[in-house]
Amino acid sequence: MDLSYNAEYQAFRTEVRAFLDGHWSDGDRAAHGGSEVLIGRITRPEPRVTEFRMRAIEAGYLYRNIPRQWGGGEQPFDPLRSAIIREEFKRARAPREMVGQGPSMLVFTLLEHGTEEQKKRFIRSTLLGEVLWCQGYSEPGAGSDLASLRTRAELDGDQWVINGQKIWTSNAQEADWMFALVRSEPDAPKHDGISYLLIDMKTPGITVRPLRQMTGESDFNEVFFDNARVPRSAIVGDRGKGWIVSRSTLKYERALIGDTDINRRTLDGLVMLARAIDRRGRPAIEDPVLRGRLVEVETKLIAAELHSMRLLTMQSRGEEPGLPGMVPKLYTTQLSYEMARLAMDISGDGAALAPGEPEAPAMGMFVHAYLWSLGILIAGGTANIQRNIIAERGLGLPRDASQKR
Amino acid sequence: MDFGLSAEQKALAATVRRYLAERCPIARVRTIMDSESGHDAGLWQGLMDLGIGALPVAEADGGMGAEFLDLALVAEELGYACTPGPFLGSLVATIAIAGADDSDLRARWLPRLASGETIATFAVGESGGRWDAGEIAARVDGNTVTGAKSLVPYGSLADLHVVAAVGSDGPGLWLVARDSASVSTNELSGNDRTRRLSSVEYRGSEAVMLGGADALARLRDAALVLVAADAYGGARRCLEMAREYVLVREQFGQPVGAFQAVKHQLANLAVEIEPSLSLWWYAAHAFDRIRDQAPRHAALAKAFSCDLFDRASRDATELHGGIGFTWEFDLHLWFRRSIFDRAFFGDSHYHRARAASLAGW
Ligand SMILES: Cc1cc2nc3c(=O)[nH]c(=O)nc-3n(C[C@H](O)[C@H](O)[C@H](O)COP(=O)(O)OP(=O)(O)OC[C@H]3O[C@@H](n4cnc5c(N)ncnc54)[C@H](O)[C@@H]3O)c2cc1C
Repeated sequence: MDLSYNAEYQAFRTEVRAFLDGHWSDGDRAAHGGSEVLIGRITRPEPRVTEFRMRAIEAGYLYRNIPRQWGGGEQPFDPLRSAIIREEFKRARAPREMVGQGPSMLVFTLLEHGTEEQKKRFIRSTLLGEVLWCQGYSEPGAGSDLASLRTRAELDGDQWVINGQKIWTSNAQEADWMFALVRSEPDAPKHDGISYLLIDMKTPGITVRPLRQMTGESDFNEVFFDNARVPRSAIVGDRGKGWIVSRSTLKYERALIGDTDINRRTLDGLVMLARAIDRRGRPAIEDPVLRGRLVEVETKLIAAELHSMRLLTMQSRGEEPGLPGMVPKLYTTQLSYEMARLAMDISGDGAALAPGEPEAPAMGMFVHAYLWSLGILIAGGTANIQRNIIAERGLGLPRDASQKR
Repeated sequence: MDFGLSAEQKALAATVRRYLAERCPIARVRTIMDSESGHDAGLWQGLMDLGIGALPVAEADGGMGAEFLDLALVAEELGYACTPGPFLGSLVATIAIAGADDSDLRARWLPRLASGETIATFAVGESGGRWDAGEIAARVDGNTVTGAKSLVPYGSLADLHVVAAVGSDGPGLWLVARDSASVSTNELSGNDRTRRLSSVEYRGSEAVMLGGADALARLRDAALVLVAADAYGGARRCLEMAREYVLVREQFGQPVGAFQAVKHQLANLAVEIEPSLSLWWYAAHAFDRIRDQAPRHAALAKAFSCDLFDRASRDATELHGGIGFTWEFDLHLWFRRSIFDRAFFGDSHYHRARAASLAGW
C-alpha cells in the first residue's frame, strides 16, 4: 500500500497543471466553470468549452480510450493517469468529458459494431457535444424487462418504418439523434428479434411529449413513432442482433469507478447546513443524534471513496474486479439518498419549504437532491435489478426469471 | 499510488488462514471455548511460531518491523476463523511496549513477547464505560499504580499488564508485571467465549512508565483497528456461510437461495461489506504513515465494521432457519463475537461522537 504518486506520476501531474494554466484561465473558470450536470438536463456546450476540449483531446487528456482516428485522445490504459487528470481538471474547474448517454454508451457501441461511415459521422461530433443523443430503450410495457419491447421497425425497400412508443426518454427535447432498440423480427424469441437503430429526431412522424417529473421539471419525455422512416443504413450491427449490440457497451463502461465527488460536496454542504440551522437556540450540529448520523453517512462516503481507490488499484494491476466492481451503483445511490434524507432532518420544519423559497434552509437545494435521489435509484436499472445482478453474478446464487433467456 | 495488498501481505494472510483451518477448525474452537482458561497454549505457540508476535517489534529490537496493516490482516483471519485466545490483548500490549523509549525495557520484554513465552494484555477501561484518557481514575504514585480496571482481555492469564493510569504528568501507560500480592483478577462471564475478560485490581503494584498520553492514544487506535479487522473477517465469514447454506438447503422444491428475498438480503449485505474493507485498511495504513488522521479513521472503522458484523451475523443466522438458532450450530459463535467487538473499547455511538469532535464539528 502506497498512497503517494511516484516521480513519474508527479511529473505527469505537473504537466497537466501546466496545460491547464495555459489553456483554462481564471476568466474561463468564472464564465464556464460551473459544476457539471450529472443528472437531469444535458445541454449543448458553448464554443469556448468545445475549443478547450479539442485541445485537451489533442494533448491526450480526454477520451483516452478512444482512437485518434475517431476523435479521441488514444492513450495507453493507465487508470492512475486518468485519476490525476480527473483531479486536476476538477481543481481547475475545467471541462472534462461530455456526460450523457451519447458519449458514454453510443460511442462505444459504434466503435465495436458501427460501420466506417457511422463512426466517421458520429463519434467525433458526439464526443465534442455537437451532436446530442437520447436513449430510446424503455417503453410503457418494457422497463426492467427491456427485451419485451414492442416498438416495431419494418423494412420497406430501403427504409425502416417505425411505429410505437418510447417513454422516460431523457433529453429527447434537445437531442438531435436517438439510439433505439426496436423489434424488427416479430416472430423471433424476444431477445433475438431486436435491432439497434440510429434515428434522426427531425424525422417526420416523430413526436416528443415532455413528461413532468416529481421534481416539477421536465427532463424526460414520451416519444411517439408514427410511420417514421429512416434509411436502411441506420442499423448498427446485424438485423435481429440489437440485444447483443446494446450489451457490448458494458465492456467499455468506466462507471465501475463511481464518481463520489457529488456526495463529497453534499457532505460539506450538510455540515455547513447543520452549523447554520438553529434548533431551539443552538446550532443543529450540537445535537448528538444528528452528529452521530453525520458521522455515519461520512463513514459510508469515505468507504465509497476508498473503494474507488481499491478498484483503481485492481484495474492498474490488471486484476478482475468481480463482486467489488458491482457494488458502486447500488452503494452510491443508497448513500445519496441517506445524505439527502439527513439534510431534510437537519432542516427540521424548514424542510417543508420548496426549492427556491428564500426562507427555506439553503434555499431548499437539498429538497431537490432528496427528490432526485429517487430518480437515480430507478434510472439505469432499478435497485432491485442491481441486487439481482449482485446476487447472481457476484455471489453465484441461482438465476431469476429476469436473467433467463 | 497503490491501495492494495502486497504479495507478501497476501501470503501472510493465506498462511495464517491455512494454519487456522488446519489447527483450529471450529470443533477445536469449541473445545477451547469450553475450557477453563479459554486459551490453548499449543495454538498460541503455533501462531507465535509463524512470527505473528514479532510483527510489531522493530527490526532493531530483533523483530520483523512489519507494517501495522500486516497485523490487522492477521486480526481479520482470526475473526474469520473465530479463533479463541489472547491475541488482541497481547499484540496491542506488544505494540505499546515496542513503542517505549526505554531500550532496556524493550530488550527485556520484546523477545519473550515475540517468541510467545510471555503473554501480555492491556488494562484501559474502567467500570461505567470509561475508556477516555480524561476519565481514567487509576492513579500512579511514584512507581506504583493503584486502581480498578474492567474488561481486561485475559487479565488472569497474562503475566504482563499495560495499564492506563494518571501520573503526575497526566494520563499515560505503565507496565506491571503481574504478581499475586498486589494484583487481583476476577474472571468475568462474557457473551463471547472465545475471548475472555477479567476485572483487575491493582493495589500499589510496581509499575514502569511506558509513555504518556500519546502512547495511550496509540494503544487505543491500534486496538480499535484490530477489532475492526476482526469484525470484518467475521462478517465476511457469516456472509460466506449463509451463501453456502442457501445454495444447498431446499424448500418448495428449490434451493432457498433462488428466492429473491433471500438473494436480496445477501446482496444488501455484500454491498455493505465489500467497501467496508477499505475503512480498516486505510485506518491501519494511517496508523503508520498518516498519523494525524489515525485517531479519527480508527474510530470510524471500529464503529462501522462492528455494526456490520452484528448485522451480518444476524442475517446469516436468520437465513439458516431453525438450525441457526441452536447451540450446536456454529453461527452463534460469530454472533457472540460480534457482541464483543461492538461493545469492547467503547460502543459505536461513543466512537461516532468522538469522530464528530475530531472533525471539529
Ligand atoms: C430519471 C429517469 C431517467 C430515465 N431515463 C431514461 C432514458 O433516457 N432512456 C430510457 O430508455 N429509459 C430511461 N429511464 C427508464 C428506466 O430505465 C426505467 O424506469 C427502469 O429500467 C425501470 O423500468 P420501469 O420504470 O418500467 O419499472 P418496472 O420494470 O415496471 O419496475 C417496477 C418495480 O418492479 C421492480 N422489478 C421489476 N423487475 C424485477 C425483478 N426481476 N426483480 C425484482 N424487482 C423487479 C423494479 O425494481 C421496480 O421497483 C429513466 C428513468 C428515470 C427514473
